[in-house]
Amino acid sequence: MRLLLSLVLLLACAVPAAAQENVPPAPFAYRQLDNPEQEARAKALMVTLRCVMCQSQSIADSDAPIAGDMRSEVRTRIARGEDPEHIRQWLIARYGDYVSYTPQVKPITWPLFAAPVVFLALAALLLRGRFARARPGDMA
Amino acid sequence: MNRSNLALWLPLAIFAGLFALFVGRLLHPGDTVVASAFVGNPLPQFDLPAANVGRPGLSTAAFRTGRPKLLNVFASWCVPCAAEAPQLEALARAGVEVDGVAIHDQADDLARFLAANGNPYAAIGRDDARKVQLAIGSSGVPETYVIDGRGVIRYQHIGDIRPEDVPMLLDRVKAAGGGS
Repeated sequence: MRLLLSLVLLLACAVPAAAQENVPPAPFAYRQLDNPEQEARAKALMVTLRCVMCQSQSIADSDAPIAGDMRSEVRTRIARGEDPEHIRQWLIARYGDYVSYTPQVKPITWPLFAAPVVFLALAALLLRGRFARARPGDMA
Repeated sequence: MNRSNLALWLPLAIFAGLFALFVGRLLHPGDTVVASAFVGNPLPQFDLPAANVGRPGLSTAAFRTGRPKLLNVFASWCVPCAAEAPQLEALARAGVEVDGVAIHDQADDLARFLAANGNPYAAIGRDDARKVQLAIGSSGVPETYVIDGRGVIRYQHIGDIRPEDVPMLLDRVKAAGGGS
């Protein structure tokens, strides 16, 4: 009985969420583009864009209604021939850098791109030191 | 402290530091709302159809009348939108024009919502695919934008308008009016 009651309560709670589905989703929320090459480009972009509602998912993964609308927006623009990076910049202008999982080259992100170079240089220095020391030993 | 002592205690110290960080963030998760980066820009071009509830649709031209307005992003299925309705009424009574953008909504749902919660809107545009919502950097409902008389976004209020937010929003509208 209690289980039944809690089930009924659960269903009652589910109604407001389901109400969003009264209106059909945006045209390309759950439909791929007919052109496979364009769909591949849209998909590659969508996996690098953050869903602004469920923020740890990409819009390609998320089933939030707003993610569906973002997918539709991306696919519509790709179908029109828009450059994926242009679409990313369009979204960044509206939601900030946070919306893109791919980091942008900016003054604040330079350590991210400089770090590999710095580490390589450090490794080269260390190796040089080792080889320089190893040489006299080899000759002995 | 000599070297071997340091090597012994360092891992524990790192663990303690990480533990404190995780507990701290668990207790205070911080702000996770995505604020619009589009504040300060003119409204993008749009022309939304009417929602068939006795109010005209909404286009960018409606925001270039020289008078500041509020643009309220809402939906009939959104519970906090019902909670902020009295505050929108209060703002409308104070002489501020409130225009609505209804997200994923249809006429009978909207009519029922407006009948139950009041209708402070001068115009309501239907945004079925969230085209306008995405174009102004809004990430949920409800959100309220202050638009100046030239159609430039001056302020974004995220979440429902609480009674204590009303004077602040009135000030923002007044400031936007002075700037145009």
